[in-house]
Amino acid sequence: MKKLMMALTMAASFALAGSAHAADKLKVGFIYIGPPGDFGWTYQHDQGRKQLEKELGDKVETTFLENVPEGADAERAIERLARSGNKLIFTTSFGYMDATVKVAQKFPNVKFEHATGYKTADNVAVYNSRFYEGRYVQGVIAAKLSKTGVAGYIGSFPIPEVVEGINSFMLGAQSVNPNFKIKVIWANSWFDPAKEADAAKALVDQGVDIITQHTDSTAPMQVASERKIKAFGQASDMIKFGPETQLTSIVDNWGPYYVERAKAVLDGTWKSHNVFEGMHEGLVVMAPYTNMPDDVKKLAEETQAKITSGELKPFTGPIKKQDGSEWLKAGETADDKTILSMNFYVAGVDDKLPQ
Amino acid sequence: MMRIEIVKRPQHSALFSALSPFIALLLTLIAGAVLFSILGKNPVSALYSYFIEPLTEVWSIHELLIKAAPLILIAVGLSVCFLSNNWNIGAEGQLIAGGIAGSILPVVFPDFQGWYVLPLMLLLSMAGGMAYATIPAYLKVRFNTNEILTSLMLVYVAQLFLDWLVRGPWRNPQGYNFPETVQFNESAILPAIWAESGRAHWGFILALIAAVIVWFMLSRTLNGFEIKVLGRSARAGRFAGFSAGKLTFFAFLISGALAGLAGIAEVSGAVGQLRTSISPGYGFTAIIVAFLGRLNPLGIIAAGLVLALSYLGGEAAQISLGISEKSARIFQGIILFFVLASDTLIYYRIRIVSRLSDTALKGA
Repeated sequence: MKKLMMALTMAASFALAGSAHAADKLKVGFIYIGPPGDFGWTYQHDQGRKQLEKELGDKVETTFLENVPEGADAERAIERLARSGNKLIFTTSFGYMDATVKVAQKFPNVKFEHATGYKTADNVAVYNSRFYEGRYVQGVIAAKLSKTGVAGYIGSFPIPEVVEGINSFMLGAQSVNPNFKIKVIWANSWFDPAKEADAAKALVDQGVDIITQHTDSTAPMQVASERKIKAFGQASDMIKFGPETQLTSIVDNWGPYYVERAKAVLDGTWKSHNVFEGMHEGLVVMAPYTNMPDDVKKLAEETQAKITSGELKPFTGPIKKQDGSEWLKAGETADDKTILSMNFYVAGVDDKLPQ
Repeated sequence: MMRIEIVKRPQHSALFSALSPFIALLLTLIAGAVLFSILGKNPVSALYSYFIEPLTEVWSIHELLIKAAPLILIAVGLSVCFLSNNWNIGAEGQLIAGGIAGSILPVVFPDFQGWYVLPLMLLLSMAGGMAYATIPAYLKVRFNTNEILTSLMLVYVAQLFLDWLVRGPWRNPQGYNFPETVQFNESAILPAIWAESGRAHWGFILALIAAVIVWFMLSRTLNGFEIKVLGRSARAGRFAGFSAGKLTFFAFLISGALAGLAGIAEVSGAVGQLRTSISPGYGFTAIIVAFLGRLNPLGIIAAGLVLALSYLGGEAAQISLGISEKSARIFQGIILFFVLASDTLIYYRIRIVSRLSDTALKGA
């Protein structure tokens, strides 16, 4: 047995010898929750990875592992990336948080970046995006265009990131039409085209004429096209899947962040941090405003400009919670901690938050 | 027109029975090499990273044991069910029930600590899995309900219950409202076997113990004889005075207990907290493991390791060769196909019936 192990180890070292001379390159690893071909969340992270390769050329070498389940498997996948020489590792789903922190303790010389979580360490940074800023603009557009005054919202999981989006959409819509309503259906998955399509169909049957989604596939967009209603894309520009349907889409623009952080590792200036960036920093980008009249387009662009400049913060009082109690007084804005742990609806959402 | 028939062989060759796993492996290697060549990858290095690379490093062997432990535990329990003709498809649900029951102490009473916590958790998890497995067993014995359907449907009930629990009452109050419980305290963590070199935990040892005990029971005790007799012929079993109803309960209780144990081993050994989903389908994969191990607990140990290796190998191939996760899964399917096909061809042969004899049949 011992001999066999030795033989195997030797075979392995020969096989690996070929890649040893490339050690001066920075190896960057990515863990994906879905397949890069989802045309949503993972697709955008993969676009970021490609931008990183394009801009830094032969200074970096990237690897990714796709469809990694959260939990025990994630820890192994992250450790595998760390062991195969990656010095910077991006783990791109909330559920990888504890696994990332655990592996980071074992590899103090490797830098870890975890998306959308809250646990940091000396070698674990956290990056998050203010997607909700884009949701506010969507809400404004929806309230302007909807004839029934009801939008359908396909949620993934009732976690703060998603609840933030629903509330922000609602507030944007209420700024135009105080009686606007949202119906929510939970898919309980980030990527399940069949379920997402069913949810979209059910929402249309319930009388919504605009659909927005916080799941990663293009299925809802395609259902909306078939049913001749309008929809918002998610995570990437989904215009191909609904040329006459998509109003706009919140595009997660991770590329510049990935380039910046890889450069920091190359320069030796990398430091752990916890950032929460949005339109102002260019992390949240809106796809072109299409399939809407000019006045709505103009209003959308103005709203976007105000959020980008910081003049408009979506979570600014007076805001009431769903149960009618006061959340924010007039002029008061929610702090980041409250936003990042949001687990209640604002008034007007036609759903009971599962909890 | 030709017709293909599968005909039972009057005798099966002992030589080929012994050789069949190796023939299957050889065919897999050939098919894999073809597949990887078509993908434009060097087949030798692809097969290397699939089968050998995960075994070349100690940490990776630890990971192999972590992955294999729940598969073996569950499959050993399922072998008792399947041998006795009880089709428990709901091990995934029993795993979740066990994971939940075993987590009561660390989540609800985090201050209750000491050496006795872990044994209590293991017992609770087995009780949880057994209680959950009793439902389809009772329905089958009392109402003659199809246990395949009831046990499978109960999986979804368990998944949704866990989801509700972790989002609601058991949610970590300091966790930014994310759906996770608190991290388990030190005394509620299933310890590592050999912490200096990796994170494999006692779950694998438990799996080995369970496999040996069940193997002994099946091959050396009256109970095991009863299981096999009733499984092959319920009528013959009745003449021998064996009760099919009692056996149904017994089989479901054993497989429920082991699935529950697998649940808490995964939660407390590998993850360290309850989450909305604690298993990537181990309860279903274990069905494959049980048959791959030919329903023999010792064979199941080997089968569990092989299947675990195919997961790790798929990951290694993604990194070293950029083979997509989908092709890795196709390859996993190829392995199973050849193993099961070789097994089948030992007992059956394929006869091609030509059109001529076909018309003769029709004429008759």
